[in-house]
Amino acid sequence: MASSYDTLKVVGTRPIRPDGVDKVIGRAAFGADMVMPGMLWGKVKRSPHAHARIKSINADKALKLPGVKAVVTAADFPSIPSEEAFVGEGPMNFRDLSRNCMAQDKALYDGHAVAAVAATSSAIAEEALDLIEVEYEVLPHVIDVEAAMADDAPLLHDDLFTQGVEPKPTRPSNIAKKIGFNKGDIAAGFKEAEVVIERRYTTQPVHQGYIEPHACVVSVATDGQCTIFSSSQGQFMVRAYCAKLLGTDIANIRAIPSEIGGGFGGKTLVYLEPLALALSKKAGRPVKMVMNREEVFRGTGPTSGGVIEVKLGAKRDGHIVAAQLVLKYQAGAFPGSPVGPGCMCGFAMYDLPNVSITGYDVVSNRPKVAAYRAPGAPISSFGVESCLDELARELRIDPLKLRELNAAKDGTKTAHGPTFVNVGYVQTLEAAKNHPHMQQKLGPNQGRGIASGFWFNIGGESSAGCFINEDGTATIVEGCPDIGGSRAGMAMMAAEVLGIPYDRVRPVVGDTASVGFNFLTGGSRVTFATGMAVTQAAEKVVVELKRRAAMIWDISPDAVEWKDGMAVPAGANAGNFDPLSLADIALKAGRTGGPISAEVSINAQGAGPGFATHICDVEVDPETGRVKILRYTAVQDVGRAIHPAYVEGQIQGGVAQGIGWALNEEYIYDRNGRLDNPGFLDYRIPVASDMPMLETVMVEVPNPRHPFGAKGVGEVPIVPPMAAVANAIADAVGTRMRDLPMSPPKLRAALDEQNPPRMAAE
Amino acid sequence: MSKHHVTTTINGEPMEYLCEAQQTMLDVLRDELGLTGSKEGCSSGDCGACTIIVDGNITCSCLMLGVEAEGRKIETIEGIAQGDRLHPVQQKFLEHAALQCGFCTPGFIVAAKALLDTTLNPTEEEARYWLAGNLCRCTGYDKIIRAVLDAAAVMRAEAGR
Ligand code: FES
Ligand code: FES
Repeated sequence: MASSYDTLKVVGTRPIRPDGVDKVIGRAAFGADMVMPGMLWGKVKRSPHAHARIKSINADKALKLPGVKAVVTAADFPSIPSEEAFVGEGPMNFRDLSRNCMAQDKALYDGHAVAAVAATSSAIAEEALDLIEVEYEVLPHVIDVEAAMADDAPLLHDDLFTQGVEPKPTRPSNIAKKIGFNKGDIAAGFKEAEVVIERRYTTQPVHQGYIEPHACVVSVATDGQCTIFSSSQGQFMVRAYCAKLLGTDIANIRAIPSEIGGGFGGKTLVYLEPLALALSKKAGRPVKMVMNREEVFRGTGPTSGGVIEVKLGAKRDGHIVAAQLVLKYQAGAFPGSPVGPGCMCGFAMYDLPNVSITGYDVVSNRPKVAAYRAPGAPISSFGVESCLDELARELRIDPLKLRELNAAKDGTKTAHGPTFVNVGYVQTLEAAKNHPHMQQKLGPNQGRGIASGFWFNIGGESSAGCFINEDGTATIVEGCPDIGGSRAGMAMMAAEVLGIPYDRVRPVVGDTASVGFNFLTGGSRVTFATGMAVTQAAEKVVVELKRRAAMIWDISPDAVEWKDGMAVPAGANAGNFDPLSLADIALKAGRTGGPISAEVSINAQGAGPGFATHICDVEVDPETGRVKILRYTAVQDVGRAIHPAYVEGQIQGGVAQGIGWALNEEYIYDRNGRLDNPGFLDYRIPVASDMPMLETVMVEVPNPRHPFGAKGVGEVPIVPPMAAVANAIADAVGTRMRDLPMSPPKLRAALDEQNPPRMAAE
Repeated sequence: MSKHHVTTTINGEPMEYLCEAQQTMLDVLRDELGLTGSKEGCSSGDCGACTIIVDGNITCSCLMLGVEAEGRKIETIEGIAQGDRLHPVQQKFLEHAALQCGFCTPGFIVAAKALLDTTLNPTEEEARYWLAGNLCRCTGYDKIIRAVLDAAAVMRAEAGR
């Protein structure tokens, strides 16, 4: 409990991360940095068509090319029945994942893998790709989400029937699922309302944009034992998916996590590993595969684009009495968009009496979507938080005030069911209101917008070990890939419990054979759940250390206290002994019962909810339609910041991604359904000169379920920015942008529509 | 395919290697010389993860051919620290938590070092534009810019002494 760590020495400080030096000198090993002896290079052949039947694949010519050792297609993978998978983040089906990794019968999007080749060099593998002959029958395709929902749309899957509608449909559809959440009486709510506004918003798919492309090196031995070294958000996730897709036992796979060069949800599933394993098995040699950037854009999952229809009814005093939301999310080629969380997060910041939420999960000829930071929430929140701003203007109420009036608090019952506890939302509004940012003067064409966001945060299964070394230092082994400094947090929590300096604790992220099961890095769960496992392991060690001290002193363990890294007698009655340091006890461990260590496996519950409120100032250039971000302040309830610098970093990173989503980023398809901008030149993510400094305000409403009060922090910061920017633009120039991205040509056109340019002749 | 023989200097060491005509400098560094500190994020000159310094100029090694290194002086991330003494940019990246995943970090450090080789007084805006060719998806650049400006301050103080 939080109370036993009232005076913190390590938690809340900003030490240098343990893996830092390797990363600033170029020594850290990421996915593409590993080699295995005798390895081959694998490459993927991808469909150039958005939708096509694969009539035949002929690899004869490729296999004749000197240096080519193996070619695999869908025929080399077991056929897997439809089965829900609870392995990664968000909904997944093993059969769909298998078909996403390697197209079976049909290619469903531009960039869908249809074959893979392994050769002695990457140049030969590349050459071999052109020699693999694939005969396609090109089919009509559909890209847009609403077009895909139409009755006469080209169908991606003959066996996909809309779930969640009664009676059960008899015709297949691209609508995989319809879901709904209701609270109160929506019709009565709108009747009661004095002001009703109804708006439609759209967002485009955006890619996580991790700078490290997917990469792995694998080996399959003749006895079937596999080693996978890869960059992912979860070595246990990689192991589970690969075992299923290859049809082997989990125990046959050892998955070793590399350092990971960003993921943001995009590395919570596999693409290359199963192909590399199949190639390695066939060729009898290790295989290395690395995607290039174009493959990352065409072949891996962005998040959904969506249509967001919002209707709000309020009293003149600002109380919202009815709220309705309809969401249509693109899932890509297979079901599984984050429309569920989108539905749940949209209104979650507010205490609303009457709510109706409907969501559609829709397939179309795009890459299967993958999780992206607070999956689903930024999309629905862009609509809801923009609409709230429109409502505030209509009611002539300050937008912050409007949020305060309707804010969710402890005890608020959400539309999706749970009743909130440990809510820090009002505190974020309060901190935003009092922030000096709100007093900054705005000039011409400048405006200020605010928006809020919610994300659940999760706990889940984590294991960790704490091993005391002979010299009194400690090793922590945990199992969640460190994507942004989490190892530092683990070492800090362990050091706090053990009472020894931070740099006497060295943490490592273990492979699947070195630590108990861990769910992946995702859902903002690592510092909370894995941190809890590490803390408990260290606490178990402390119990053991006290027992050993008691043994040395020949007193009862109850009479020993652990203080500042030392065993001391608990009061005068316990006897008079000199304190024993951790190092003293460790040195004698062999004589008091052997090595001192503890391992803990838990299913952590009680992750505190994440709330954030952002303030954004923009300046619009009316000539070009370009938006410059002048100032940005992000306020967030973080529970308690273990390593504040990395908490700030999570917030700043989420904001930057949100600004890219707001202003620039989108997937652009041509008439044939081919991706037109699969590179960082045309898919433009924010660069340093696009950004101001990003002010962060950490509100701390501690989470009583975590030993140090931590809440997840990584995801909610991407939820508010799109609406914050849109609301600021509306404030600056009076133009309401309802379609993302709010790129210069679009904003320029909207401005022209608002104030038609005068003709030269006039 | 016959290979080309290249004689060059990498991180102050004379170096010879064989490479194919179409091999990029980045591929040579990573695959032939085992210098995997330079990263490949795009291979099209858009991300800066592969940044090296060639005769004093920052260069995307993915846009340079291995054979072009002939007779040049190349600096890579592996040569930025002096022995066990980190360059101030490296030290400040650590202190400011200017890396999250760390994948963009080598490119940023090389580019920032080159900036500070040209001036010890960069403004925030100059630093932002100098580094605009390096993509970071994790940090939002705030801490990176602070680290670079702080490193400049440290180097100014050192130079003044
Ligand atoms: S890899 Fe060279 S600029 Fe991206
Ligand atoms: S730290 Fe991850 S891309 Fe910059």
